[in-house]
Amino acid sequence: MATPDEKKIKADKRLREIMTEYYIEAKTPKEQTGKKIAWITSGGPVEPLHAMDVIPIYPENYGAMCGAAKMSTELCEKAEEMGYSSDLCSYARGDIASAAVNGGPIGGLPEPDMLICCNNICGTVLKWYQVLARYFDVPLFVLDTPVCHTGYEKETDIYVRHQIGEYVAFLEAVCGRSFDYDRMDEVGTLSVKAQKLWQKVLDTTVNKPAPMTCFDAFFHLAMIVTLRGTQTAVDYYELLLEEMNDRICKGISKVEPERYRLIWDNLPVWYKMRWFSDKFGAHNAGFVADTYTSGWCGTLPYLDENDFLGSMAESYTRIFLNTGIDHMADNIVKMVEKYDADGVVFHSNRSCKPYSFGQYDIQRIVGEKTGTPCLMIEADMCDERKFSETQVETRIDAFIEML
Amino acid sequence: MITAGIDIGSTTAKGAILKDGHIEAVTVMSTGYDPKGAAETVFQTLLEKAGLDRKDLEAVVSTGYGRKNVGFAGRSVTEITCHAAGARLLSPTAATIVDIGGQDSKVIVLDSTGKVADFTMNDKCAAGTGRFLEVMASALQIDLASLAEFSARADATVAISSVCTVFAESEVISLISKGEKRENIIAGIHAAIGSRIVSMAGRVKARPPYIMTGGVALNRGVVRVLEERFQSDVTVPELAQVNGAVGAALIAADRNG
Ligand code: SF4
Repeated sequence: MATPDEKKIKADKRLREIMTEYYIEAKTPKEQTGKKIAWITSGGPVEPLHAMDVIPIYPENYGAMCGAAKMSTELCEKAEEMGYSSDLCSYARGDIASAAVNGGPIGGLPEPDMLICCNNICGTVLKWYQVLARYFDVPLFVLDTPVCHTGYEKETDIYVRHQIGEYVAFLEAVCGRSFDYDRMDEVGTLSVKAQKLWQKVLDTTVNKPAPMTCFDAFFHLAMIVTLRGTQTAVDYYELLLEEMNDRICKGISKVEPERYRLIWDNLPVWYKMRWFSDKFGAHNAGFVADTYTSGWCGTLPYLDENDFLGSMAESYTRIFLNTGIDHMADNIVKMVEKYDADGVVFHSNRSCKPYSFGQYDIQRIVGEKTGTPCLMIEADMCDERKFSETQVETRIDAFIEML
Repeated sequence: MITAGIDIGSTTAKGAILKDGHIEAVTVMSTGYDPKGAAETVFQTLLEKAGLDRKDLEAVVSTGYGRKNVGFAGRSVTEITCHAAGARLLSPTAATIVDIGGQDSKVIVLDSTGKVADFTMNDKCAAGTGRFLEVMASALQIDLASLAEFSARADATVAISSVCTVFAESEVISLISKGEKRENIIAGIHAAIGSRIVSMAGRVKARPPYIMTGGVALNRGVVRVLEERFQSDVTVPELAQVNGAVGAALIAADRNG
């Protein structure tokens, strides 16, 4: 049995430091840093921003921080007071409200000079970013990525590649200087490196027992989302990977003994992470993989290091959330096999429609193809009012009794 | 071996004592605001009915929403698993259990050995639960127990389109003011519950033979609707309301056995 101290992941501390530095720089007056700020959607192409020395800010990452700090519900209520529907994604509600009242753990995000919105994750972001563009009165760039159910059409590629060119022109106009293609190549290489490392980190849980759970992955994800394309992210994931391999050698895991290996689908329930982890942990069940965190390295096969900018079209269009139900189900089926999972837990997330809409069908397909028991839990990633603890608890207990 | 099962639901508290697989005593009372107290009273009543003493019992298992409030139980097991176990004794041939209680409804599918193969529960919404019927009965100013009688006299089924209990209540009130017959409205309410259950059942591939348990099983109107929608008999075991408690007592015996 590992001691509680041994169980702790040491790299956590480094991640906190980096994220703090990142937000401090972002919140430092622009006159001092000389850097512009772009707000960007979680699935948006961030690399060109790094190439132009623009600081990318992710409202969704901040949404997760607000959720984990249990500050989202209040912001959601504020947004509803402003006239937004309670059915709107809680990231969108939280962000719009936080912009108005400087809310959340760091007292609001630094104001943007531009907005980058890619609709490969959902349609909500379009309207959300339009609202922000009006509110801050800053230019908005929209990258439109058609849904690709299973394959990827030539027309789609032409259409999205063309927009990448427009993206570059947009950045040149807002930053007032020409695009640095050499720097872009370097950033692209670093991005691919970081994504490969992140995939390797996630792969370490194939080991029995798994050196970490998806609740750790949800946390360590912050860097691949915000800082991919930088040396910082590469160095960090090298450190984390080394620690994971070390844990494997020493047989250290979060859940001891690891009786059940589970897979999580959808975003985490940020304000209940600890509760879920303890609840399943008490049954000796650990989440060894999830569909969410792998979203930031799932399109590696489509990236061409020698033509990063061009291949961004395909890799950003084909992300998990922009594909059809068959493809999503197939992804989980493969995960069940790869990680040798005993069950799949689906978080039916009131906020995220594209993620939750087809879940009943996906559950059925996964059940049929793998024979693995599946559980559906209703909640919301940030809005605590959509979570009923006793109901969820009964489902979890019954699910484990069934395994 | 003598064991007990205590099922603390949101509306009623139930209990059963089993001796070597035979039911010695069962009881049902309202949970009220104090689940701990209700558990204690249920236990006392059971012991009196069975003419036993606490120390005669070898194991106690608690279940239901208040399962963690039963201090004297050796362990707690969810009502899903307990209902499956109860059905093995009360209706051994059942393949699907429809359980509608005070604040939730579930469809439990059993495998060939009577174990839980899959289950589904209603979401946070109260539609399709006992509470839904309570709210409707009070809007219509009739006794909960007479809903079935009323719906049996319906000559048409009024469509209730809202899935939300609160909205459905105002819909019912506006139907009354439009002069719709109470009987027909109640038939519509039962049909609405039936639809919810049928869609839940579809998700877990429910199959006959069906049994129904929980407090709402006492309402023949709902049972009839389910029979029509499933196109199959839906049996209500004589001890439907205490099925979960019986299951808990069986599980208690299993651990020791
Ligand atoms: S709807 Fe889903 S994908 Fe879109 S912003 Fe909200 S959480 Fe993200």
